[in-house]
Amino acid sequence: MKDQHHPHQGFWRMWGWPIVLGLLTTFGLISALFSDGGLGDILAWITLGIPVVVCVWFGWRKAPAR
Amino acid sequence: MNTRKIKTWAWVHKWSSLVCTVFMLLLCITGLPLIFHHEIGHLLGTEVEAPKMPAGTPHISLDRVLDIAKAQHPDRVVQFASQPEDDDGLWFVTLTPTPAPTDDFKSVAVDSRTGQILAQPKFDEGFMYVMFKLHVDLFAGLPGKLFLGFMGLLLLVAVVSGVVLYSPFMRKLDFGTVRREKRPRLKWLDLHNLLGIVTLVWVFVVGATGMINTWADLLIKYWQYDQLSALLTPYKNEPVVAVSERGSVQRSMEAALQHSPGMKLSFIAFPGTSFSSPHHTTFFVRGSEPFTSKLFQPVLVDAKTTEVTASPKLPWYLTALLVSQPLHFGDYGGMPMQIIWALLDIATIIVLGSGLYLWLKRGNTVPAASKVKPKPAAHEPAEISGSPQPEPAPAMKVQA
Repeated sequence: MKDQHHPHQGFWRMWGWPIVLGLLTTFGLISALFSDGGLGDILAWITLGIPVVVCVWFGWRKAPAR
Repeated sequence: MNTRKIKTWAWVHKWSSLVCTVFMLLLCITGLPLIFHHEIGHLLGTEVEAPKMPAGTPHISLDRVLDIAKAQHPDRVVQFASQPEDDDGLWFVTLTPTPAPTDDFKSVAVDSRTGQILAQPKFDEGFMYVMFKLHVDLFAGLPGKLFLGFMGLLLLVAVVSGVVLYSPFMRKLDFGTVRREKRPRLKWLDLHNLLGIVTLVWVFVVGATGMINTWADLLIKYWQYDQLSALLTPYKNEPVVAVSERGSVQRSMEAALQHSPGMKLSFIAFPGTSFSSPHHTTFFVRGSEPFTSKLFQPVLVDAKTTEVTASPKLPWYLTALLVSQPLHFGDYGGMPMQIIWALLDIATIIVLGSGLYLWLKRGNTVPAASKVKPKPAAHEPAEISGSPQPEPAPAMKVQA
């Protein structure tokens, strides 16, 4: 926690994960529309499940990240 | 982003959220049981199911089904009849005092093979009904719907402005950082930002599709005016076709289904109701592919002659409405998707709650100095790199 300096303050450092999670969510929301109990549904569970896991992982754990 | 821009966006975020938060909390909380309404219906025993019979058991005529239902409520008219998505052993018949839209409806479930009345489900009472009404229109009809739609619009504004503010707040932090060891306000700020950005697309889609759903009544009215009025010119000045003058509904249904090969019946709207015309029985059929099964195709059948008048293609705005429904309900991907919907809903409740908390506790974390002389916000990394808590706090705090 002491290190507040980050040499690389780029766009991707800030937005990389939010964009990835946003794309996963978008994919999952759409893929289940075109499936009825098939592959599209399973892909949706995975791609929509990842943001949920991210919420729980970073939101719940006690120890600080670094 | 300079201080002025941050201040403006902070103002937008603060006021759009403050106005809609209480209603959004209500919608999130009432929406939670609604995600599982089928399962809850099963548990409560309110879900009607037709007894299993061998495939190919002959069905009685739809006219007979309607007579059986009408005998229960001789003073009422049939507005709608429908079959459950995966069960053609059952007809739900909806009866109301007049063909006009109303909340006063009676439902009769008739076995389509024996003609036995399976249930007279009461959809207008009980826990789930209260949840549903609070979620849809606050018991206030169309004005209530449109009001909640406007709150949904404010939510979208809050989401967009929240995304803009994410960058000045997170510029010194790694993704997912939650500073727990500091003051509670800082922890909740980080959680607000984390859960907000992770659930962003889902909240936006569910918010936007919810808003679109509030316009359903208006869109259907517009559809009647836009598409049906031209079809109805030959019937001008004729009153709603009286029940005694109507031909067989069974025959009408056969004509409608013959007209749309490969399609399945979804529901029937009777003459004079909001989904039909005064002179037609309208059969809404849907496709059999996963995607097309979510879209309806109306088939207008002349109520007197039982001949198909037209089957106008659904306009784009009704297609948009129909596609927005599963995206709002989360009912199109089985139980795992419903659970994900519930978890994301809970995450949204935390975002809303923490946002409210941050506003209520807004004075507490302002560093003493910045209260006196607000520092310009960090438009250069160097400016705040020495500060122990990297937030663009001064600009925000002054605003709040």
